[in-house]
Amino acid sequence: MRLSRFAATCGLIFMAAASLGGRAFAQEIDFSGEWRPIYHEDGPERIPGPDLGDYAGFPLNDAARLRADSYSPERIIAVTENGCRQHSGDYSMRGLANLRIMREIDPITQQAVAFHTRIGFHTMDRTIYLDGRPHPGHQAPHTWQGFSTAEWKGNQLSITTTHLKENYHRRNGIASGPNRTFTERWVRHGDVLTVVTIVDDPEMLTERLVRSQSWILDPGQHVLGNPCEYGGESTYEPGTVPAYLPGTNPFLTEYADRWGLPRSGVRGGAATMYPEFRLTMEKPATQPEKCTLYCKCMNDGAVCPDGP
Amino acid sequence: MIFKSPKTLHALPLLLAAVLAVPTMAAAPALRDRMKVPNVVPPLDPNEVTVLPVRDNIYMLTTSAGNITVHFGDGGVMIIDSGDGTLTPKVLAAIRALTSRPIAYVVNTSAEAEHIGGNADLARAGSPPGVPDADPQIAHVVAHEAASLRMQKASPDQKAIDSAGWPFVTYFVDTLEMYFSGTPVQLIHVPAARTDGDTLVVFRRPDVVSTGDIFSPDRYPVIRPERGGSLKGTIDALNRLLDITVPEDLQEGGTLVIPGHGRLCDEGEVVEYRDMLTVVRERISDLIRQGKTLEQVLAAKPTLDYDGMYGSTQGPWTTTQFITAAYRELAKK
Repeated sequence: MRLSRFAATCGLIFMAAASLGGRAFAQEIDFSGEWRPIYHEDGPERIPGPDLGDYAGFPLNDAARLRADSYSPERIIAVTENGCRQHSGDYSMRGLANLRIMREIDPITQQAVAFHTRIGFHTMDRTIYLDGRPHPGHQAPHTWQGFSTAEWKGNQLSITTTHLKENYHRRNGIASGPNRTFTERWVRHGDVLTVVTIVDDPEMLTERLVRSQSWILDPGQHVLGNPCEYGGESTYEPGTVPAYLPGTNPFLTEYADRWGLPRSGVRGGAATMYPEFRLTMEKPATQPEKCTLYCKCMNDGAVCPDGP
Repeated sequence: MIFKSPKTLHALPLLLAAVLAVPTMAAAPALRDRMKVPNVVPPLDPNEVTVLPVRDNIYMLTTSAGNITVHFGDGGVMIIDSGDGTLTPKVLAAIRALTSRPIAYVVNTSAEAEHIGGNADLARAGSPPGVPDADPQIAHVVAHEAASLRMQKASPDQKAIDSAGWPFVTYFVDTLEMYFSGTPVQLIHVPAARTDGDTLVVFRRPDVVSTGDIFSPDRYPVIRPERGGSLKGTIDALNRLLDITVPEDLQEGGTLVIPGHGRLCDEGEVVEYRDMLTVVRERISDLIRQGKTLEQVLAAKPTLDYDGMYGSTQGPWTTTQFITAAYRELAKK
């Protein structure tokens, strides 16, 4: 008898699960508020900035690697047009990303129709539409933040972004192509917001690039505007585009050697991202005796009182 | 009955979990597919003309042969480039859907077949600016003098076009200025760029530039030395274009750029394109200084990092043709 009741219960559960068919009920979450970034992930990359030649963890193709090897930071100064360039939508949350999120409510239906975000650096403003509008066609302009639409997946916000300008996956010369797209999952656990970003970049990556960032709700924070006034003056000849010729960049091994890493491992590529790589990687060229940089205070955005 | 033994009962939760998982797994796509960005951008139909509002009364008509700029106002319609001619009825219909004003000008940014093929039919569909009872009723075609000469004369790779599509107005100075339908329009000659007759068209009031094939965000420039073109002149033309364009804020917006092919752009894309050509020029020059032959330069893949965005292995203008043209020019120095 007990078994029969148990079997009946199982049957009901099974039928209920089958009727759901893998769907999840949407539970709209309000992400509104002032959010302070937590830099416990990838702190050196996100705050002071990555080293030249550090491509670790990136599924780069050969084209992207050549592009990054050719990159000279002098270009930031010489190509004055780039002086006010924003981080693009898929990178913006990686940097000094004090974030404000505002929810737009339709006054008639009282439904959320969009989220608006502002990140302080270079006033990175972005709109994420929730009203089911289509994405524009191929001929429409691309922007730094792209065109974003979203839908609820359970209590997660799933965002799809297209129409991005060429930018960078990492601000050490790892370029991102203009035909890339990305999805995001926004997840809120109380006062913690986590954003997972998944980028498809057919021109630069052989696999998807998956990264995550987290924030803490900080009601006392006030994200300001950060206007940038274009100053077209430099000591370079107009039209100068600093770049290393192939094979001439002297900085490509600095990162690996400082940290005692195998040089091939920091060159990027999908193969270097998986555990099996350890079976084939070479020994590091150096074995540093002690930590010399970012040794004690890259967590939680803490300021280093005595230097890093 | 199957739940007789305690051992089987012990395994029941696992069995139940497996059974419950079946519908979920069957209905949900694999994790890898769920992570994939859905294809949400509608595809372009090569047999259709797509119309994109740009600013004020300026529109970008996209065809498989290239972009056409349409500007209209009280003075009538000005068209920048006319496509290759295969979609002219649809181009005309798209213009008529925007305005009933007569076509007054067809301006050509070069004498390339992709941009002049519709000249004659579009001109015939219009009338001379300000002369509604003129005979014949035909709009004025405008181009740089060098481009005009090439349109009238057949070359090994391009036929001369119908004389109705030949320029009625030509210019040989640096800039031809017009005032049409409420805006100053500047035709700026960029010498020895892709060809010797290339023109940038600047609409000053709406702040829009129509570049022709000097700039296309989806392909390497088609450099034609046999028509007076050069890589150097193309880079110079892009630098001149950058002098004209002004971003509104944060290197975005402001002057809008209608390219020869591809999406509507602003200065940001032009900077990347100029940077790309400059970097590639330096790489090829360096290989030439090392004494490399053309075959060795091609094998070195000096454009590898840009090929995904601009390159092609087939069609009328391949990456190999682009590198070859650049090599031959740079090797002469």
